[in-house]
Amino acid sequence: MFKLKYDDFLIKNEDGTYSMPPEQAVRDETEKNRWKNTGFTILKDWRLYLMLVPMILVYVLWKYMPMYELLGAFKDANTPSVNTVSEQEWFGLNNFKNLFFGSDANAFWPAFRNTFTIAFYNLLFGFPAPIILALFFNEIRSNAVRSVMQVCVYLPKFLSTVVVTSIALLLFRKGSTTAEPGILSQFLALLAPNNKVFQDALQGGLFYSARYFRSLFVITELWEHAGYDSIVFFAAVIAVSPTSYEAAQIDGAGKMAQMRYVVIPSILSTVVIMLIMKIGGLLSVGYEKVFLLLESGNTATAQIVSTLANGWGDSRGVAAEMTNNLIGMILVLGANTVARKAANVSLY
Amino acid sequence: MKRKMEVSELIFKIVAYVILIIFALLCIYPMLYALGSTFSSAAAINDRVVILWPMVGENGNYTLGFSGEAFVKAFTDSMFWVSYANTLFITFIGTIWCMVYSILGAYALSKKRLLGRHGFNFFLVFTMWFSAGIVPQYLNYEKTGNAMAAIVGAGSMYDIDLKWLIVLAMGMNATNIILLRNAFEGVPTEIEEAARIDGATELQVLWQVYIPMSKATIATVALFFGISRWNGYFWASKVLGEGAKGQSYSWPVQVKIRDVINRETDLVNVFNTDDTHLYGKTPAEGTSVLYAMVVLAIIPILIIYPFIQKYFAKGVNMGGVKE
Repeated sequence: MFKLKYDDFLIKNEDGTYSMPPEQAVRDETEKNRWKNTGFTILKDWRLYLMLVPMILVYVLWKYMPMYELLGAFKDANTPSVNTVSEQEWFGLNNFKNLFFGSDANAFWPAFRNTFTIAFYNLLFGFPAPIILALFFNEIRSNAVRSVMQVCVYLPKFLSTVVVTSIALLLFRKGSTTAEPGILSQFLALLAPNNKVFQDALQGGLFYSARYFRSLFVITELWEHAGYDSIVFFAAVIAVSPTSYEAAQIDGAGKMAQMRYVVIPSILSTVVIMLIMKIGGLLSVGYEKVFLLLESGNTATAQIVSTLANGWGDSRGVAAEMTNNLIGMILVLGANTVARKAANVSLY
Repeated sequence: MKRKMEVSELIFKIVAYVILIIFALLCIYPMLYALGSTFSSAAAINDRVVILWPMVGENGNYTLGFSGEAFVKAFTDSMFWVSYANTLFITFIGTIWCMVYSILGAYALSKKRLLGRHGFNFFLVFTMWFSAGIVPQYLNYEKTGNAMAAIVGAGSMYDIDLKWLIVLAMGMNATNIILLRNAFEGVPTEIEEAARIDGATELQVLWQVYIPMSKATIATVALFFGISRWNGYFWASKVLGEGAKGQSYSWPVQVKIRDVINRETDLVNVFNTDDTHLYGKTPAEGTSVLYAMVVLAIIPILIIYPFIQKYFAKGVNMGGVKE
């Protein structure tokens, strides 16, 4: 290592004294006034920063302050007669230990598995459906017909969970000794008249059978979201230039070949972005809907981590949901990294 | 020159039409079914004879016809109208509040000259990745409610009207702010500069340049906020409906509908014939009123939807999440 000497950045005058080069003086001046200048920039733009204040305030108060309560995951919920998290006694990782291996494990793991299974089926069926819808919409040449259809299929997205679950419960309601089950159950009964298990499930209300809950839940999710999610893909499909189709046709491509070599490559980047979003939201299954459909009959397959935590309502619940949400966050960031490396598209 | 259609193309077209028609019908059938059931008699609903059109009659003799019974019962339940008014209040004030802070924040975030812009963006996007969860959020709302009560001098959160808590503290959505930010970023800077040379202040630039130029996105985002306010159930029911002091006079309509399901029908709970019921002694009567309320809760969405539908396809596409 060599040492810097005065000569390296000072100029030696003829009379033996040193003086500073003019550029260095400017640099020093800038450095000295850096914070002052930053302050002036902010001050000059104070209106812009003031505009941020309400948003920051709302997000700090009601999105970041709840994270303080996450401390409860490391505290003992059974501290006598104490309510606030700051006064509870430290509990180490015992909540997590109980959750994963101890007394709460037989409630947590099934709930975690259910969350994952429901989310996985949602992705498996809920992701391709809007793409297929968009490709089909592209086949309809008449704008009027297409608009009418689009209005119909977007609509379920805008209904509330309460309305959707009420109508779903009514359509699949249980039968009694005097009455048939709900109208869609009656229709489904025709499909498999000899399947005793299925018929019993229909009689008892299809949503309340642990066996069929997941399929039914995924179908209602599809019904709610598929139409609306197709907007993005449809925009990508109609952006494909007609000349590409013509070129493919001249080369002798049939419908399937056009799909394979023209349409799919054009919409691929949209598909990848939407897939990241879906994978990112994988573990945040719509808990409101599950909460409204949860019943003693279907708990075995319907109980997800959020509803379990809501039922517990204490530090065990905080620990359970924190685990779930942390894994969810890792999934988002992981999916984003993979996409950035593989396809050069990034969401965040 | 018209090209002859190939067989594969024809088949694909037919399949597309058939599946789309079936799916579109499936999407609106439940609503039509609810509408048909609303005008049916309670006995017809109980015997599950309604398929699409309303049926009236009883004891196995059913004919096509109209029965206004369920609607009359729903209309005469004053608590239903109270809840309806509450929902209107929450939707209007809540949407305006969300739009105000979202537009202001998005405008500031869209400016390249904002110092710490990446930090603020991360602050926002992080809430999309990670949320504290139901239990911590509930504890936080309790604290907020108590703080609000302390400000107005009341004892606890149950002594004040918690509608204000719902309006102020709920319905946040980072995606919507990012949609707005992207729309504002798409406005050409030359127009802003021109306005500045003419002496416009920051707010004037926002109000007279940016907002008129991103109308489609603003309409879309307002629709998203409004719909989520109108449809909000979980937190409203948790804050207003739980505990000994549940505030039924502040319930939004969704909580009221769920309460009808729980207490007046046999859909989720066993129907207790000993209790006093609002709409009649049998679960069938409660169910028919439930249909009427569901229809009444959907109607405002159906009214607004066609006007705003042309905007949102455009608005969503313009603002893909990006950074």
